[in-house]
Amino acid sequence: MANHYETVFIMTPVLSEEQMKETVQKFEKILTDQGAEIVHQENWGLRKLEYPIQKKSSGFYHLFEFKADGNVVNELELQFRRDERIIRFLTVTMDKYAIAYAEKRRNNRKEKTAAQEEKQPVAEEVVNEETKTEEQA
Amino acid sequence: MAQQNDIKYIAPVAVDIKKKKYCRFKKSGIKYIDYKDAEFLKKFVNEQGKILPRRLTGTSLKYQKKVAQAVKRARHLALLPFVTDNLKSN
Repeated sequence: MANHYETVFIMTPVLSEEQMKETVQKFEKILTDQGAEIVHQENWGLRKLEYPIQKKSSGFYHLFEFKADGNVVNELELQFRRDERIIRFLTVTMDKYAIAYAEKRRNNRKEKTAAQEEKQPVAEEVVNEETKTEEQA
Repeated sequence: MAQQNDIKYIAPVAVDIKKKKYCRFKKSGIKYIDYKDAEFLKKFVNEQGKILPRRLTGTSLKYQKKVAQAVKRARHLALLPFVTDNLKSN
């Protein structure tokens, strides 16, 4: 019985853009190897933290939305703990409202990025995205 | 006797109609509160980053629980601070 999960994790800002992508790929692989189906993923880029974690004041945020069995989550979190590039993570089970919300959010995001592609760098996009979800809420 | 009557008429009857509070989630039909949307959650915390009580925001119990959950998740992900001063100003 597959559940819907959503994971957000924060990587250290020490990484270069490439190293960051590599890390993301590693965890993507961990998920897919165990038969999880990745529904969606988002990269929020480098973001300021509201309080320091491991003496870092910023971090790369990344989001995975996937369908998998519960034990896959255990494995994923174990790998998060072992990887010192990951400074924080959170996995949440999604209920039907969460899934509906995620879909809506995804569509909005797509429209937004299509409208202003190439115009804005990634960091800007995150900010815009936030203000937009607020309006919709 | 006369005085009592005077007082009655002189002092205007203080009618202060309280604006009825309502649950914004019930009113606008929001079913899910996103912990990733820090800007939205800031409406439910005070300047120090504490969660506002239901008696101030008017949120219904069902959604207050969800707000609290979302705020706590956001804090874990450093999207909201645990403690701070003047959160709203910056």
